[in-house]
Amino acid sequence: MTRPMTRSAIRFVHRGAVTTLDGFAPTRTVLEYLREDLHLTGTKEGCAEGDCGACTVILGRLAEDGAIRFEALNACILFVGSLDGAWLITVEDLAGPDGTLHPVQQAMVDHHGSQCGFCTPGFVMTLAAYQLAGAGAEIGTINSWLAGNLCRCTGYGPIQRAAHEVAGTDQPSWFAAEIDRALPLLGGLVHETVDIAGSDGRFFAPKDAGALADHLHDHPNATLVAGATDVGLWATKQLRDLPHLVNVKSARDLAAVTVTDGMIEIGSAATYSEAVPAILADYPEAETMFDRLGGVQVRNAGTIGGNIANGSPIGDSPPFLIAAGARLRLRQGEARREMALEDFFIEYGKQDLRPGEFVEAVLLPRRDPHALLGVYKISKRRDQDISSVLAALAVTVDASGGLCTDARLAYGGVAGTPALARQAMTALIDRPWTLASVRQAKTALAQDFAPLTDHRASAWYRLEVAGNLLERLYWQHQDDHGAMAAHA
Amino acid sequence: MPDDATLAAKTGAVRRPLAHDSAAGHVSGLARYVDDIPEPPGTLHACAGLSSAGPGTLRALDVSPVKAAPGVVAVLTAEDVPGENNVGPVVHDEPILPEKTVSFAGQPLFLVVAENRMAARTAARLAHVEIEPADGVYTVDAALEAGRELHPPTKMVRGDVERALANAANRIDGEIRIGGQDHFYLEGQVSLAVPQEGDDLILYCSTQHPSEVQMLVAHALDVPVVAITVEVRRMGGGFGGKETQAAPFAVMAALAAAKLRRPVKLRLDRDDDMIATGKRHDFLGRYSIGVDDEGGIEVADITLASRCGFSHDLSRPINDRAMAHSDNAYFLPAVRITSHRCKTDTVSNTAFRGFGGPQGMMVIERAMDAIAAKLGEDPLTIRRRNLYGIGERDVTPYDMRVEDNVAPALVDQLAAESDYADRRAEIVAFNRSSQLAKRGIALTPVKFGISFTNTFLNQAGALIHIYRDGSIHLNHGGTEMGQGLFIKIAQIVADEFGLPLDRVRITATRTDKVPNTSATAASAGTDLNGRAAQEAARTLKARLSDMFRRHTGSKSNIIRFADSEITDGHFTLPFFQVVSLAYFDRVSLSATGYYRTPKIKWDAEAGKGRPFLYFGYGASVSEVEIDTLTGEYEVRAVDILHDVGRSLNPAVDLGQIEGGFIQGMGWLTCEELVFDDRGNLKTHAPSTYKIPCAGDRPERFSIRLFDNENKEGNLYQSKAVGEPPFMLAISVHSALCHAVSGAGPDRWWPNLDAPATPERVLRALAEAKAQ
Repeated sequence: MTRPMTRSAIRFVHRGAVTTLDGFAPTRTVLEYLREDLHLTGTKEGCAEGDCGACTVILGRLAEDGAIRFEALNACILFVGSLDGAWLITVEDLAGPDGTLHPVQQAMVDHHGSQCGFCTPGFVMTLAAYQLAGAGAEIGTINSWLAGNLCRCTGYGPIQRAAHEVAGTDQPSWFAAEIDRALPLLGGLVHETVDIAGSDGRFFAPKDAGALADHLHDHPNATLVAGATDVGLWATKQLRDLPHLVNVKSARDLAAVTVTDGMIEIGSAATYSEAVPAILADYPEAETMFDRLGGVQVRNAGTIGGNIANGSPIGDSPPFLIAAGARLRLRQGEARREMALEDFFIEYGKQDLRPGEFVEAVLLPRRDPHALLGVYKISKRRDQDISSVLAALAVTVDASGGLCTDARLAYGGVAGTPALARQAMTALIDRPWTLASVRQAKTALAQDFAPLTDHRASAWYRLEVAGNLLERLYWQHQDDHGAMAAHA
Repeated sequence: MPDDATLAAKTGAVRRPLAHDSAAGHVSGLARYVDDIPEPPGTLHACAGLSSAGPGTLRALDVSPVKAAPGVVAVLTAEDVPGENNVGPVVHDEPILPEKTVSFAGQPLFLVVAENRMAARTAARLAHVEIEPADGVYTVDAALEAGRELHPPTKMVRGDVERALANAANRIDGEIRIGGQDHFYLEGQVSLAVPQEGDDLILYCSTQHPSEVQMLVAHALDVPVVAITVEVRRMGGGFGGKETQAAPFAVMAALAAAKLRRPVKLRLDRDDDMIATGKRHDFLGRYSIGVDDEGGIEVADITLASRCGFSHDLSRPINDRAMAHSDNAYFLPAVRITSHRCKTDTVSNTAFRGFGGPQGMMVIERAMDAIAAKLGEDPLTIRRRNLYGIGERDVTPYDMRVEDNVAPALVDQLAAESDYADRRAEIVAFNRSSQLAKRGIALTPVKFGISFTNTFLNQAGALIHIYRDGSIHLNHGGTEMGQGLFIKIAQIVADEFGLPLDRVRITATRTDKVPNTSATAASAGTDLNGRAAQEAARTLKARLSDMFRRHTGSKSNIIRFADSEITDGHFTLPFFQVVSLAYFDRVSLSATGYYRTPKIKWDAEAGKGRPFLYFGYGASVSEVEIDTLTGEYEVRAVDILHDVGRSLNPAVDLGQIEGGFIQGMGWLTCEELVFDDRGNLKTHAPSTYKIPCAGDRPERFSIRLFDNENKEGNLYQSKAVGEPPFMLAISVHSALCHAVSGAGPDRWWPNLDAPATPERVLRALAEAKAQ
């Protein structure tokens, strides 16, 4: 097999020029690079785990239409190697050459959006990404954009008002000029496999799925990383030695989202931001869950494939995908196999994944128009919190007889893996879709799951809510909506 | 609103809604925090090795693998402390690094110093530590049972409580548990220690209390206090968490710097910060209240117990303040407040916005709701009936007369403006018809005492230089943590000199400019330091006025400083010209100012006196809706009316009110500290410890300033604003209780503890259904 051409340095655009960088440790973060190597200290470290947003930077990448797509990301868990091919924009890059504040910065000043100021650069960058995206000025939209940034001083009102003010506005002339300057530089960056081996380890970024498959075939023990929303913490918190990182996200063909008559095929490197619009077109009931999953920085980084491959019992997308009947396609070299997603999760910490094998795609069936679907995320805080319970409940009810003909009740947070509640499903199927049946199924859940008590929730709460959410689905599909729950 | 550049160029800055002085620096990333200071050549990085268990005895601490790790330069243990091994700020009961006794899980045991931060952090995990565990007491309940308290219970008593309770027409007993809170300042603890000549050392530190850090470092290094200089330009948030908690790590950085003769930076990782530093005290509150048939309180017997942790820290004044706010805004004719300060084998709890006041208030506010439920009344009716009177029924349990009471008027105004009565009636009707959703509403008041209860702390100093071009260097003992202290004091000084704000340069707080300062705390930063700066300015103005008279021959006693000029109405000279004349006439253009709060005195033993110069007031109405299937809820609307006297800077004050409210709401709703049964904190990162985010801010949120002035003649009749608004959030908790009560029978009130997580709400709902 012929080895593809590789490059032994990353190349990215920063401050109007192309930076070529090599020799860095594979787990070196963009935040460390900015603050320690470049002495650009505007970007702050608040938590080093991608939860507070103080380190938010923007990466611009050339999209297929020739325009730049901008994404807010947490620099604290973004590995330097993933800058390849991107334009890195930090808080230092927004103001005009004469020091005139960028409109998002000025809006933050005008609305008293900073008090202690430490979270502020992160908010400014999120707001800049929000403005660049041309997102709407509705409060729900603004809050969704701000959910990945924590502020302990202001109470957020002033920041929401700053966002409202800049919504839909144009870039100032100097920043528009910066974009024009970056475009040809980005266009000149060739997409090719990057392989950086130094004394601190190896960072391998395959240009496509084939290069990934080849590399994993030769190096089955390498650590795969996609959005680094989890692996990033292995480096920054667990201080794990990760001597050989393979960046799945550089394989662009793996990020494809293809919709056909029967299937939505989601490449494993597609981020939430890339994959969710296609999913929601068929499954609008999942909108709230995906909107509450992480903040915008996490949704820009994290991938659905990573959420699955990681095997976490509290990942939010697997229960939804299981309820919808998704299958998984795995690849090892040129060999591929498929399985029902629920079968991938064997037990806590153990997935059906062989050495050198990787998740290639998630195959999500098109929507069964007859199924009732509820996707419910329960957490201590509404936004950007890990679920204590995630319920994805798909029920098919015979239109004439009111009989439940099929049910797929998938849960997260109640077992060692995302899992189907098979006893509860049995209690529903071929029974009338009534409150009495629902309550039977609720009782059966206790045979399906024996959840743990931890710092997120008690076993009692998890089981109680798992059942009550089935009841929520029932009530949501009754004619009388007068007594609906607030968060339904 | 006019833009800030225009405002800054104008004179007459006080009362203007000016932006924070660092706003442009914040938004551009140019405002410098300790970790942003360019590192001096040769800077090393330190990391503390934390104990994995406690309490116990340190049987072995083998740091040889740490020393052998790549990049490690030195490892320090208790033996390396040349002076006093203590960072206890009041009682000397807290070692920098322990010798034998491990007090809690998460305690720093040793310090690694390495060429870079990652090397230090990695090496810190390599020590062989053997701790022989001892039986631990981790909770308030366990400590009460074991009788482990920092000192015997403290009491505040008035009247014959037992008899009054026995004779009361109605008696209401209850209990509430109130969780602690992590400060979650966005900038964690950080210090940079830079050795100078001889034994001198400069420490750049994110602390609310530079003078205390200076003193503790000097004692640890066994050098005179004068050898140590502490500088604080700004903090990325403090909230009380950097009042005493900055010191241990500042001292460690200084120890390493002094030993190695190299600059040393110690910046805590977020998880280490949350594990190793103190938090808000969690409380258990019990009450027995006797009321007449109209709900008027005749007697209140209140018991508070708090988790103090392994050492004193500030637990004594914090619990004193909890006791002194157990009345909140209500007159308690006969009263007994008993306070247990539980000594537990956990991290030592510390100051946090409100300083015990919020916990004290929560208990009496729960009692108000419980009284109302028992009598079948609207809780607001009961609250109003029991508010302090004006000129009567106005003496607190600690014998201070409430002379500035605006609570009745403020509550009336808020109730009317928020349409409370109609909304409550609608909610009661809604709850009758709605099965799955229940709503609740509550109006709660706040009365918060302003001054340090330790009287001697109520002093402040300032230093002002005027340079020959007329520009002003302003320095004072207060520290800036985002609260807008610096801009407020600059506004005051600019107005004193009649200069535009941009002529006054705000400078970093330094122990060598203003010595022996108190912590910036107790909401008193502006009151104290602003007055001291005003005094310094007035001293200089007197000198310049003399110069003006000498030069012009004016005999006037009234010399005005305005519009960058000095005038007696007849002669007028530019400010800078008089400054120049003064210089050549050999007049000192530098002055200090000093202020001590009048009137206050406090006998902590007896629990009597006048601990506060005045009170800040406020009230809020919160409306919530809960989902009875999951316990999730939404705060639908909040209306706040708050008293800041005559505001020095309405933008800053409104920011403090909104931010304080949301922080208080976090404490009572989503912020949950979970410890395991061995005292290990399980929620030590933002992934597990959830402070409010943007979506939690109520969509309908109205904040108004109450029309009032400070009768104590404070700066421009203003009032302190830092802490009082925090407690406005109590109405959220009370409204959640109201909503839950909508699922239960009449005259029933839930035992909903704090924080009211969805799980606690669902449990309370289960209790409601079981009634």
